Amino acid sequence: MTLDQQPIDRKVRIVSVDWSRLVPEEARRLQALGVDAGAQVSVSQRGVFGGCDPIAIRIGRMIVAVRRAHAQAIEVADAETLFA
Amino acid sequence: MSRPRKIALVGNPNAGKSALFNALTGARQKIANYPGVTVERKSGRLVLPTGEPVELTDLPGAYGLDPTSPDEEVTSKVIRGQFPGEAEPDVLVIVLDASNLEQHLVFAQELLALGKPSVIALNMVDLAERDGLVLDPAVLEEELGVRVVSTVAVRRRGLTELGEAVASATLRAPGPSLTEIGAVERRVAAHAMAGAAILSETRQRRMHARLDALLLNPWLGPLVLFALLFVIFQAVFAWATPFADALEAGVGALHDAVRQTLPDNFLRDLLTEGIISGVGAVVVFLPQIVILFAFILAMEASGYMARAAFLMDRMMASVGLSGRSFIPLLSSFACAIPGIMATRSITDPKDRLTTILIAPMMTCSARLPVYAVIIAAFIPNETVGWGIGLQGLVLFALYVAGVLGAMLVALILRRSITKGAASGFIMELPKYQLPRLGDLALGLWQRAWIFLRRAGTIIFTVTIVLWIMLSFPRAVPGQSQVDASFAGKIANGLAVVVEPIGFNRDMALALIPAMAAREVAVSSLATTYAVDATDEDREAAELGDQLKGHWTLPMALAFLAWFVFAPQCMSTIAVTRRETNGWKWPAFMLAYLFGLAYVAAGATYWLAVWAGL
Repeated sequence: MTLDQQPIDRKVRIVSVDWSRLVPEEARRLQALGVDAGAQVSVSQRGVFGGCDPIAIRIGRMIVAVRRAHAQAIEVADAETLFA
Repeated sequence: MSRPRKIALVGNPNAGKSALFNALTGARQKIANYPGVTVERKSGRLVLPTGEPVELTDLPGAYGLDPTSPDEEVTSKVIRGQFPGEAEPDVLVIVLDASNLEQHLVFAQELLALGKPSVIALNMVDLAERDGLVLDPAVLEEELGVRVVSTVAVRRRGLTELGEAVASATLRAPGPSLTEIGAVERRVAAHAMAGAAILSETRQRRMHARLDALLLNPWLGPLVLFALLFVIFQAVFAWATPFADALEAGVGALHDAVRQTLPDNFLRDLLTEGIISGVGAVVVFLPQIVILFAFILAMEASGYMARAAFLMDRMMASVGLSGRSFIPLLSSFACAIPGIMATRSITDPKDRLTTILIAPMMTCSARLPVYAVIIAAFIPNETVGWGIGLQGLVLFALYVAGVLGAMLVALILRRSITKGAASGFIMELPKYQLPRLGDLALGLWQRAWIFLRRAGTIIFTVTIVLWIMLSFPRAVPGQSQVDASFAGKIANGLAVVVEPIGFNRDMALALIPAMAAREVAVSSLATTYAVDATDEDREAAELGDQLKGHWTLPMALAFLAWFVFAPQCMSTIAVTRRETNGWKWPAFMLAYLFGLAYVAAGATYWLAVWAGL
């Protein structure tokens, strides 16, 4: 499952990121913000007027806004089951 | 005597570097650009507790030494001493957000690996404490091998200790654990260090979460944003009135005093009808500009601006831009120049170019004098219900017209000239913070000063030139002075072009000097009618009354519509040339904006005439 499909506030862990789907600068920026395999994330807000773009994700103590296309490239698993 | 040591503040964006810089240097700061690139260089003087004077530089925020934006490239090069003409910093002050250690320690390790004398400022510890986070700086000192000082920049806490630590910072051998390791190892180490430094954590981040739940709510969020924008525009008109009235009275008193003191000659007329009327007509808009900037600065300092970008992303995406473009565009409501410069944070070049091209359509504060004078003269001061003033509503409509025009143009550009892949949107949403009044006051003062300096230089000069061109050659008896003058003759030529859109000769005349800056249109109208006024009505020469006597309502509306689009600002053209490296894009911008202005003014005029206004 990918990050964009997660319900709000469900804690998940990143299994892998399909970097090839992203523009190189954006990939590096996401990495700099801590988006990488192993990181724990959750969706904190979804886009306006009931849309699903953009998405605000919580990573560590930060809230980062990303587009749905980015979240779709992020494969996640339930936080407890994987690394518990 | 050697030069003072150079200290650089460096850290992630949103670590509170600028607040720390302001707290350390106060008003003793110099803001310029790095040569060759248009990244802001902020530096200032500071005296350490040891009595040693040092130069403090605030480097642009970065996530790493491997740059992904022009800002980060400057930071990276300056730190390594590779930036031409910029001395390598002697001491680094690495600024960390105490409540975001896990993230900020990654870059900190990369910086420490350079082996330069360094000190860590563990900033915003008060916000961390409010969040229920208790940290032990000693653990970080142990792990990183440098002094760690807890600071609260906005409350001026820890500044002396930080100064002492800087004074005694020495060259270090880079620790073996910190060199030659990659990003992933750094992240793991950061996680471990942050975990060790956190003594207790009560998970009280509820306030931010609650605010976000409201302000980023898919339905309420946009309504709150829209309401806030509406309040801003109402406030700009309503709150400024008493101050503007007082300034206007002051200008009037000065005008009369000079008229009565000096003998009746050319110099007196130049001083009163030219300079005092012209410059005075612009200076009275200072309160409105200050109020607009106060809102923008408060939105930035509180962390709301990034939320606004988030809320606007969907809408911006529909015209092929991203929420990132929202911040430069909102700044453009104050002035397109900082707005266009702020586009540097947009990584996608085509996205950035599109944003630059539409930025002049955001209603900048220089249009405010024009709008305010025309609205006050032609739109009745009455309410349309719920305490909403008709004048404020018209002003709001003008802002909306600019925004809609910009969106439409962006949509067309992104499908034609700046076609490319859809741009992304990745942006950290900083913590909410109560803006500090001192920082707001400093920012406001800097903006107000820029405005007054423009009034004192560009507008002053243009006003004098215009007055001379209006006053010569002198009219023969029975002939109007404006008709006889050089300026009048030039305007007669231009009037042929703008006649089809309802403009008269005086309006055409106002457009020429307004190429320098839009607000000059007001001062040039004031000068024109002052020059043309006969002695008996000179006493009652309120500009608004003069306009009502010479213009019809459709003409006034057409004039407003013209100024929504017309690119009448030399500085904007110049900054566009600099930011796009050539004349191609500024020329394109001039052509399409004048075209739009002409069509909009014409349509407005003929619709208004047809509607019988």
